[in-house]
Amino acid sequence: MGEQHVVWLYAVTRRLDFAQFPATTGVAQEPVRIVEAADLVAVVGSVGADEFGEDALRRNLEDLDWLEATARAHDAVVDLVTHFGPTVPLRLATVYRDDDSVRASLVAHRGEFDTALRRVTGRTEWGVKGYADPHSIAQHSIDERAGGVGEGTAYLLRRRAVLSAQQAAESKAAANAHEIHEALSRIAVVAKRQPVPHAQLLSKRAQIVLNGTYLVDNERADEFADAVRALDDQHPGIDLDLTGPWPPYSFAGVDQISPQRPQAEGRQG
Amino acid sequence: MTEIEPTSSRSPAPVGDRRIALVDLLDRVLAGGVVIVGDVRLSVADVDLVHISLRTLITSVSALNPLSDELDSP
Repeated sequence: MGEQHVVWLYAVTRRLDFAQFPATTGVAQEPVRIVEAADLVAVVGSVGADEFGEDALRRNLEDLDWLEATARAHDAVVDLVTHFGPTVPLRLATVYRDDDSVRASLVAHRGEFDTALRRVTGRTEWGVKGYADPHSIAQHSIDERAGGVGEGTAYLLRRRAVLSAQQAAESKAAANAHEIHEALSRIAVVAKRQPVPHAQLLSKRAQIVLNGTYLVDNERADEFADAVRALDDQHPGIDLDLTGPWPPYSFAGVDQISPQRPQAEGRQG
Repeated sequence: MTEIEPTSSRSPAPVGDRRIALVDLLDRVLAGGVVIVGDVRLSVADVDLVHISLRTLITSVSALNPLSDELDSP
């Protein structure tokens, strides 16, 4: 069995002038190459089945270091492909037995890929995260209110004031986040608000109130960035962070044509 | 025909935290991208895939960096 290989898919594009494509390596440090069918080009690499076969993948995906290295390598290849033309990124861990299976899949999914490629042509994905700091906002208003009473009472008063000020700050932040998302959606072609399933990863002081991602026409990229800056200035309680350009990960799926699916953002009980 | 400026333009993580950049990336590579069914049938269970990975991420990060609720600390 020793050297068994499977084929890892990075991205699908239309014509890729592979002669111009820089020699690059992928998730297994393997040379990246292409497989063509149905007027589509799949950017792939041959990777060891012992690391990227089904059982191995399940195991490895539980390993954060492996996952991080793999995600970064996958993204680096996808990102490179975007510089050569419209690109549909494949979800991490899309693996085929051999090149023939890849070709068969390109043929079978030709329609989907065409649709997705059309959607992302001339457009780029940008991420905007909004961080609110309800605690510090709340803290301001209560410091002076607790003078002149016993220590225990003062603590309780202070605590109650903190909580209610915090609630007010949170709902204000949520309203602001909504407003910001609406404004950015008007510039974007498609906009989505993503849930924040990993709120636990962030310190409670910087609560995420907006996790938006936007597909923007390249001609409007500057306008979009300016809008993010302006909205950041207009909302002192919220820090906006612009990330990108991303390959169009969030807008490549065929199920994703409908704009804004508002979500309850990052509120834990 | 390079419409997008290569490299560099991807801004660093906001709070200066590499973990957050990783979260942004995992959000996209695990939950985004076109899903087609490979021969290895993992992408079929894409929900599980995301779930597994986020669980891994959360577990390992909270182990490194346990949260404390500042309001409740003296």
